[in-house]
Amino acid sequence: MSGHLTPGAGTVAGATPGAIHRANLQGRARRWLQFASPAAFYGPAGTLATLLLPLSLVLALVGLYIGFLVAPTDAQQGDAYRIIFVHVPAAWLSMVIYAAMAFWSAVGLVANTRLSAMMAGALAPTGALFTFLALWTGALWGKPTWGAWWVWDARLTSELLLLFLYLGFIALQAAIDDPRRADRAGAVLALVGTVNLPIIYFSVKWWNTLHQGASVSISSAPTIATPMLLGMLVMALAMWSYAAAAALLRLRCIILERERQAAWVARLAQGEHA
Amino acid sequence: MIGMLAWIVKRDLLLAGRRSADALGSLGFFVIACSLFPLGVGPEPAALRSMAPGVLWVAALLAATLSLPRLFSADHADGTLEQMLLSTEPLVLIVAGKAVAHWLVSGLPLALLSPLLALQFGLDSRSMAVLLASLLLGTPILSLVGAVAAALSLGARSSGVLVALLALPLYTPVLVFGAGAVDALGAGGGAVAHLLLLGAGLGFALALAPWAAAAALRIALE
Amino acid sequence: MIWLSLEEFLAMGGYGSYVWGSVLVTGGALALELVLLARRKRAALLAAAQASRRRQA
Repeated sequence: MSGHLTPGAGTVAGATPGAIHRANLQGRARRWLQFASPAAFYGPAGTLATLLLPLSLVLALVGLYIGFLVAPTDAQQGDAYRIIFVHVPAAWLSMVIYAAMAFWSAVGLVANTRLSAMMAGALAPTGALFTFLALWTGALWGKPTWGAWWVWDARLTSELLLLFLYLGFIALQAAIDDPRRADRAGAVLALVGTVNLPIIYFSVKWWNTLHQGASVSISSAPTIATPMLLGMLVMALAMWSYAAAAALLRLRCIILERERQAAWVARLAQGEHA
Repeated sequence: MIGMLAWIVKRDLLLAGRRSADALGSLGFFVIACSLFPLGVGPEPAALRSMAPGVLWVAALLAATLSLPRLFSADHADGTLEQMLLSTEPLVLIVAGKAVAHWLVSGLPLALLSPLLALQFGLDSRSMAVLLASLLLGTPILSLVGAVAAALSLGARSSGVLVALLALPLYTPVLVFGAGAVDALGAGGGAVAHLLLLGAGLGFALALAPWAAAAALRIALE
Repeated sequence: MIWLSLEEFLAMGGYGSYVWGSVLVTGGALALELVLLARRKRAALLAAAQASRRRQA
């Protein structure tokens, strides 16, 4: 696979004005831009994932060590509070992944690159999973601490709505047959959701403070001592590298499925099933 | 520009008038859905009074999502939508006009019917007035934001359910401030704040939603 | 080390089922995701191989 932007070599736009412009760029920029082609990114994506997965495991072990073997027991919540070492990073990740989804959606719409839109689609299921885990661990934290499996706390309710936004995105992409159209419709939806998220969060917070009697703030964690904060940060980094790896692996699957007719995929497949 | 808008609204109203069963259907759904809640929860007056704003608002949301697929599907089926895309008129205007017509046919009647249904729940007249105001301000937002969801699901499989799935999470702020306006009245004067927020939301939706829906339509029809 | 024994560690002050329920479900879900992705990749390659064989035939 040559590094030059020749039409028909799996590059983005063939002989459009965009490609001609890119061909006039400096050599270094051109070399980076070639990775906008799904075929060219397939390999590097795999390499990145192989680096990120072990990293996430190591970070997770360190984070769990800090959270479970170093951080002291809390005076009020006992050892139940240790769930925050999973709950809070998962919630953070659910929002970071949505932001990444929105970013790649915007890039895909503006620059009309296929790969960016495919990356947005690859991030969504992982994001939905982290949102679900945030809700699940939130419930398991709420039950011993506040006595109920579910409380209509502002953050948990917003997290639930975020899950619905993810599911809507996934459902929309699944319901449209043409992949390119699905990419772009999903991108618009992701951006509409991004604009709405602060509004949704604000409205839920407002609603929560109005109905103060029923609300218990799960977000009021015990006073953050340094080992607790460190543990949460390390776990967040661990989850971040896991999520990046999972999204890259899913991106590879999407590339294989979309480029199924291409020669390089056939060669790869035959190599595996020779 | 206003002329074009008025023309689109008149056209859509005329078409809706020819198939009045559709609009009356969603109105009927609104009435039935509201009436089901007391049957499910029990007729205790205090409970009904406290849940009335929420019930009416949720039923309004559901009725809106039921009527949304009709927004573009008829024009899409006979090719008019593609003509609209190709015309020199700004698509944003066409979408805005369609949303206005949709509100006039489904949202406005629903809002005007709400005092009658509020009687079923034993709301007092001040609460009814606030509820009416909140629905008058909120239902246009439902039509505008719903237009984006309808445009995105155009031509997709199981588009009816999909539109609801996409629109309902986006509707939550409208629900919170709409139903909350009536509750705030009971808690002692705060309804104005809610209604102002709804008004701000309407302005926001008027500015952004037609643009997003037009982009979604271009994607759906390319 | 703040735990005096393995039993104490597993019990988590009486909240063991909640804490370990969270950790294990999280780890299990993420591992499951990786397994499903591996399966998806294998299926995609299989489909591609079949498609190319059909083209050559």
